[in-house]
Amino acid sequence: METILLFGPLVGALICGFTWRLIGEQAACVVATGMLFLSALLSWIVFLGFDGETYTRSLFTWIESGSLFTDWAIRIDRLTAIMLIVITTVSALVHLYSFGYMAHDDNFREGEVYRPRFFAYLSFFTFTMLMLVTADNLLQLFFGWEGVGVASYLLIGFYYRKPSAGAAAMKAFIVNRVGDFGFLLAIFALFWMADSIQFDVILAMGPELMETTFQFLGYEVNAANTIGMLLFIGAMGKSAQLFLHTWLPDAMEGPTPVSALIHAATMVTAGVFLICRMSPIMEYAPFATNFIIIVGAATAFFAATVGLVQNDIKRVIAYSTCSQLGYMFVAAGVGVYSVAMFHLLTHAFFKAMLFLGAGSVIHAMHHEQDMRNYGGLRKKIPYTFAAMLVGTLAITGVGIPTTYFGFAGFFSKDAVIESAFAFGGGLGSYAFWMLVVAALFTSFYSWRLMFLTFFGTPRGDKHTHDHAHESPWTMLAPLGVLGIGAVLSGFVWYNSFFGHTDDVGRFFGVPYAVEGDHGAVEGDHGAADAGHGTEVVATAEDTHAAPTAETGDHAAEGAYAAYPHYVLTGAPGQGAIHAAPGNNVLNEAHEVPTWVKWSPFVAMIIGLATATLFYLVSPGLPARWAEVNRPLYLFLLNKWYFDEIYGAIFVRPAKALGRFLWKAIDGRVIDGGINGLALGIIPFITRLAGRAQSGYLFHYAFAMVLGIVVLVTWVTLRAGG
Amino acid sequence: MDNLLSIVTFLPLVAAVIMAVFLRGNDAAARLNAKRLALAATSATFLISLLILVEFDASNTGFQLVEEAPWIFGLTYKVGVDGISVLFVLLTTFLMPITIAACWNVDHRIKDYMIAMLVLETLMIGVFVALDLVLFYLFFEAGLIPMFLIIGIWGGKDRIYAAFKFFLYTFLGSVLMLVAMITMYVDAGTTDIPSLLVHQFSSGTISLFGWQIVGGLQTLMWLAFFASFAVKMPMWPVHTWLPDAHVQAPTAGSVVLAAILLKMGGYGFLRFSLPMFPVASDIMAPLVLWLSVIAIIYTSLVAMVQEDMKKLIAYSSVAHMGFVTMGIFAANQNGLDGAIFQMISHGFISGALFLCVGVIYDRMHTREIDAYGGLVNRMPAYALVFMLFTMANVGLPGTSGFVGEFLTLMGVFQVNTWIGLLATTGVILSASYALWLYRRVVFGDLIKESLKSITDMTTRERAIFAPLIVMTLLLGVYPSLVTDIIGPSVEALLLQYDTALAEYVPDTHVAASH
Repeated sequence: METILLFGPLVGALICGFTWRLIGEQAACVVATGMLFLSALLSWIVFLGFDGETYTRSLFTWIESGSLFTDWAIRIDRLTAIMLIVITTVSALVHLYSFGYMAHDDNFREGEVYRPRFFAYLSFFTFTMLMLVTADNLLQLFFGWEGVGVASYLLIGFYYRKPSAGAAAMKAFIVNRVGDFGFLLAIFALFWMADSIQFDVILAMGPELMETTFQFLGYEVNAANTIGMLLFIGAMGKSAQLFLHTWLPDAMEGPTPVSALIHAATMVTAGVFLICRMSPIMEYAPFATNFIIIVGAATAFFAATVGLVQNDIKRVIAYSTCSQLGYMFVAAGVGVYSVAMFHLLTHAFFKAMLFLGAGSVIHAMHHEQDMRNYGGLRKKIPYTFAAMLVGTLAITGVGIPTTYFGFAGFFSKDAVIESAFAFGGGLGSYAFWMLVVAALFTSFYSWRLMFLTFFGTPRGDKHTHDHAHESPWTMLAPLGVLGIGAVLSGFVWYNSFFGHTDDVGRFFGVPYAVEGDHGAVEGDHGAADAGHGTEVVATAEDTHAAPTAETGDHAAEGAYAAYPHYVLTGAPGQGAIHAAPGNNVLNEAHEVPTWVKWSPFVAMIIGLATATLFYLVSPGLPARWAEVNRPLYLFLLNKWYFDEIYGAIFVRPAKALGRFLWKAIDGRVIDGGINGLALGIIPFITRLAGRAQSGYLFHYAFAMVLGIVVLVTWVTLRAGG
Repeated sequence: MDNLLSIVTFLPLVAAVIMAVFLRGNDAAARLNAKRLALAATSATFLISLLILVEFDASNTGFQLVEEAPWIFGLTYKVGVDGISVLFVLLTTFLMPITIAACWNVDHRIKDYMIAMLVLETLMIGVFVALDLVLFYLFFEAGLIPMFLIIGIWGGKDRIYAAFKFFLYTFLGSVLMLVAMITMYVDAGTTDIPSLLVHQFSSGTISLFGWQIVGGLQTLMWLAFFASFAVKMPMWPVHTWLPDAHVQAPTAGSVVLAAILLKMGGYGFLRFSLPMFPVASDIMAPLVLWLSVIAIIYTSLVAMVQEDMKKLIAYSSVAHMGFVTMGIFAANQNGLDGAIFQMISHGFISGALFLCVGVIYDRMHTREIDAYGGLVNRMPAYALVFMLFTMANVGLPGTSGFVGEFLTLMGVFQVNTWIGLLATTGVILSASYALWLYRRVVFGDLIKESLKSITDMTTRERAIFAPLIVMTLLLGVYPSLVTDIIGPSVEALLLQYDTALAEYVPDTHVAASH
């Protein structure tokens, strides 16, 4: 079943891409879509039937060399199962959606067939993404990692006539390669230290790596921290974190379904998945996880600020994605991997929905993407409006704090923010405040998008507005399904991801124990983990002794306090995620002060109020503000000038250096200097040969043969005699 | 078959002789016959060479299918293959029919062209099977001549300059190798390569013109061989002949040059430098590693700014060969496996890339990147093939290009993290120049008037690429096809190498000066 699930999309891609001439355009696309729905169905069966026990199915050998041994394999654990449903569900819906969205495209000429190619790429992408998440070793994960990169490259450059699409595709691939550079080094270092890159082996080695040091670039470095840092560099590239984020907004050059699938729901979350997958090592790399918190929170903040002023509807959502990925990394960085996955899951639903909704708007508006030319579309495209509204309510985290009523984003985003606070210390406060401010901005730009698009008076081309029309059912149905996810996914899975620790442990297949009662350990892992349990209790008691002063806040959590405290006790590599002894953030996140629980809500309200003021009540205000704070406005509009800076310090110098090396070193120094002798001879010979017909070359050649034979013979005979 | 290797080696030569003697006239029919004969001969050679694979026992690390016979002047004719060389023989026989098919549109002195190609094939196979120093040297050097002619006669505008540059560079390197070979013979008393492989050349420090030479005789001989192989690879800074040679060579010439001739340098390191001069190799390894990493970064940067497609791919070849030398002198299993794999894989990929250039050169007669743009509009099949090999060149996992690059990097990282780190930047740079090329040639709208009537690949052209595509993907997904064959021999080589190093005790005098 897993094999069909995995290879179905590949088969679909091949059939669709290579046989559409035979079976017809429509049939080819239907085959690809059918395969995806089959995959999605199987994924849900795997997900719902999964009992927490990791299992692996090897297919055949891949790279073998010395002690390196890698298989093509399918590894199913809870992390994989979550990713499976996210990937195949969104992908199947995006396939369906594309029937409507890609039906007519002005980027192609009359009679040009482009749809089978598009569907084939989408299916191929899905296959490589599935390879990524089902890997049982780092190398197969890297295969998927690069595979999704190529699919992304092909899809961003799908409108090949547009120069901007070609440039964006190339930029995406190259920036990702910068991340891959770190990822590859991580694999090398890990193999060197652990002599394996199989997850079974390396995930159990976290504590050992923490005790290991090695010589790296002349320094004695800690193995776990170094590997963790290098892995995160890889994740930064794929997940568009600060400094390696510049490709993501440009990637919006691709068709909108692509943005929904690849650049929102699946591929860009691969970095988060990687960090969660490697949690048994990351847990022992405090330096690396601290760095993840810093970068994640900074990204969440940075991207949200840029999102405030963008005018292209897709770019707003792109920056929003970038920002939300920052949230996920903060959750992973503070050690609550289940929450990172929680936000990944809910975000996949509501962000795919926002993108597909935006696609529906763009479709209705004849490929106009500038929000300044929208306005008042609420009545023209009511279903799309409803869908976008649900998506916006979800992303801004609408819900009632301290209760279980709210949209998906409310549960997961608040979980991230509370976890950041619970992490404590300067870093925890920094992350907390960055995320709360980012939540305010998120609310502002999301509502700004809604108000500019659906409210107010129509702006821009009148003709376009007159012909604005609701999208076909193939586009609306996926919105409906995603809408269900955006509303319910947070509520339904809250306990599994961010509930009591025993629920989370059960869900992820990680053994757990009641705090202070290390005899009562779940399942047969008990004996093995008793040692861990003891350690946990000791640390947990230490940390709990301090905050007694806050009992006032705890009182509000009476119901929670009555529940016995559990802690995750699995050994590294046991279950899908890992919590090191002493990592009690998950428990503490439930006991944060009430004001912390309310703070994202307040931020959301302020954002909504400001957006209402700026774009509904007094529409002239934004322009005036932009005028007054012009430098700040330009700074944000130009995305903090990252592209310009990189152009000046990387791209242009590299080209200049290349030109210098070529003309000056290759040309003048090497050809002119070291081989002056040879070059002195050549003109002389060419003069001889210049007038000659090329037939003369045979004479020279013959002379050479003779020369060599004579030389060798003479030398051999002399030496022999 | 007792003479399997000899048959494979000399069949093309026999065909060349038959062609030279019996094929007369220069009308269209005669020209077609020449091509057909050459294609038949190379195809037959390939089919027969498959028997080598059947007979070959990968678990045996010694030389197999050995033939030995007395020869002229008291010399010995001896051939055989082991796990390191056997795949190079097959690579050669596999690529030659493709190469011949790629010259189907050439009409200028086609008979001579085919003869040159066939002779070249014999000489190339000879290099990989020779088990006698003199025989090796003959094949190694004589191979220059047909290549020299191919560039000089069927090449582009500046072909004479390029041909001589090619010849002089490689020939001057070889003279030193010849001196070293004579020394080896004097020292060991034999030209038999299997015997030389177990002969221990002295590695005691010697004093020459007041210089202390650590590793002594070994170092001197190593350097002499290095001069030849480094030019052949080519390694930085003796690489400048390659771009010129490629640019001027006809398509088929470029394919053979990049896919097979360059591999002789790497093969030489594996056959001579590493096993015969282990102490010197160990002493010199840092030098080679640094030269390799310079090659990777330097030539990648240079490739980025090229305006000529062939030059760009030629520079990228130099970078890829940098991974090979780096892997070899990492001197561990990952590095060596990766280096050999990279050479095999580069044979398919670089060959295919030069063929890709050939396809549009045949149509437009220019290699200027700026002359193209938007080809995908009229040539979708070509765009797909070019994309595949561009990605393979970039080292995408799932293509053969990844395996070699990955293993060599992994190998060298364990030896020197600085080298590993710097060389890994190659994955960024290769993506930059390769995708930049692809974008300028294939993507965009088709605006240029001259391209408006360009046609997609013909059936013949598709047939040429098909086997290369299959091999690139097959080896990318199931590299064990190669590593199972080379693995045991590499392991044996390393065992011998490490034993020799363990036995080597640097002189106290030298140890003090360290």
